[in-house]
Amino acid sequence: MHSLIRLVILLAAVPVVSGAAVHATQPDRNAQALSVMKTSFQAKGQAGMDRLNQDKTQALCSLHAPAAPPAEPTAKVVAANLASIKLPADGKFLGDWKRGQAIAEEGTGEQYSDDPAKPSGGNCYACHELDKQQIAYGTIGPSLYRYGKNRGSSEPILKLTWDMLYDMKGYAVCTAMPRFGSKGILTEQQIKDVMALLFDPDSPVNK
Amino acid sequence: MKVKSRQLMWWLAIGGAAASSFAASLVWAQSDSGSDPVAEYRAMFGDDNPAALWVMRGQGLWQEVRGPKHVALATTCDLGMGKGIIKGAYAHLPRYFADTRKVQDLDTRLLTCMVKGQGLDQAEILKNRFGDGDRKSDIEALAAYIVDASQGVPINLPMQHPEEKRAYELGKAIFFYRAGTHDFSCASCHGQSGKRIRLQSLPDLATAGKDARDTYTTWPAYRVSQGEVRTMEWRIGDCFRQQRLPELKYGSEAAIDLTMFLAKNAEGGKMAAPGLKR
Repeated sequence: MHSLIRLVILLAAVPVVSGAAVHATQPDRNAQALSVMKTSFQAKGQAGMDRLNQDKTQALCSLHAPAAPPAEPTAKVVAANLASIKLPADGKFLGDWKRGQAIAEEGTGEQYSDDPAKPSGGNCYACHELDKQQIAYGTIGPSLYRYGKNRGSSEPILKLTWDMLYDMKGYAVCTAMPRFGSKGILTEQQIKDVMALLFDPDSPVNK
Repeated sequence: MKVKSRQLMWWLAIGGAAASSFAASLVWAQSDSGSDPVAEYRAMFGDDNPAALWVMRGQGLWQEVRGPKHVALATTCDLGMGKGIIKGAYAHLPRYFADTRKVQDLDTRLLTCMVKGQGLDQAEILKNRFGDGDRKSDIEALAAYIVDASQGVPINLPMQHPEEKRAYELGKAIFFYRAGTHDFSCASCHGQSGKRIRLQSLPDLATAGKDARDTYTTWPAYRVSQGEVRTMEWRIGDCFRQQRLPELKYGSEAAIDLTMFLAKNAEGGKMAAPGLKR
């Protein structure tokens, strides 16, 4: 009898508990989208089906979009992104601005139509103005014209800029800007070259 | 596939002959036409659009008795308005069809009509789903013809059936779904108005409004850079390629769900397709 009562109480409690859990997590539209996408896509070239799976940053920024995500989970994700940043092994932030210009112009990389043997571009001009000579620039990101000239090239500025190229989502979690270092889109040397494009006094960005 | 002037003259000649039935107008996604490199094409084409050729070919395919079942789409194919009725059909798609128990867009509904209705081979049709020069797509031709018959008709989705509502909600979730090496979602490029990538204007497709209407109502479209008429299936698939995701399957649920979301945001906009795009 005693155990029967306990069982009844337990059964009665189950729907309440699970109902509360569902309410707390909201209908997870990321999970719903993923289940449809898994049957709607197929691996091609270098783009495998694993690319459909979200990491924590992607999930956080999708779940509430177009609204900004809540503060508490955001702080954790931002901290994790910041922690993933690796500074240049030799301590040198600046490479060759000419190579950086080519990387900024190059739009291919990581698409299933791209040659995986070829280094990815940064495609900076897709979203940013940099060199005044290149008028075909996008406006999703701010203008970076005279980036180094306006800011100088002190250590803290170099470090901050390196961080932002490496993982902008350690600063603005849901920014449109890819995490070029953390996601392995650009190599350390390529990021150095883009840094030089931004800071070198001879770079057309600073003319 | 570049547009050559020799081909252009041919288009103009044929376009003139077909002018009575062809009402496609030039519609441009770009708002800053001053810096629009495609503007040259507008001047070249005048009031004409190479999609006229697809419209004519599609009309033939629609009316012709074809396939093992010896029937014409014009007498058997129901695009949601009744058998053979094409006027306004595109403006009310995607929608739920009781016979397939699925929400379908124009491409997948045409496929149903050709395979189930006419008995044509699905694999054969899909092999040429995206035309390439001499390898012509029947679906793209039919889509051009059918959408042309909706010129001026406002987008208005039934959105009554639970599956239609479900498709919209899933389409919205997919639109905002960030993934892949670059963390992109559809909203990364199409979440705000007045921005551009390189020189290309980016319409805001995340919310109902003018951008969403102007964009959706001008597809399917003759794509100058492709030299072909393309439907939304192609357009969405190519966006996912640039999003660094795997390949979107043609006619898949995600493609239709997303089309439903885009169509809903375009409601009230008057169809003006086939359009003409860069």
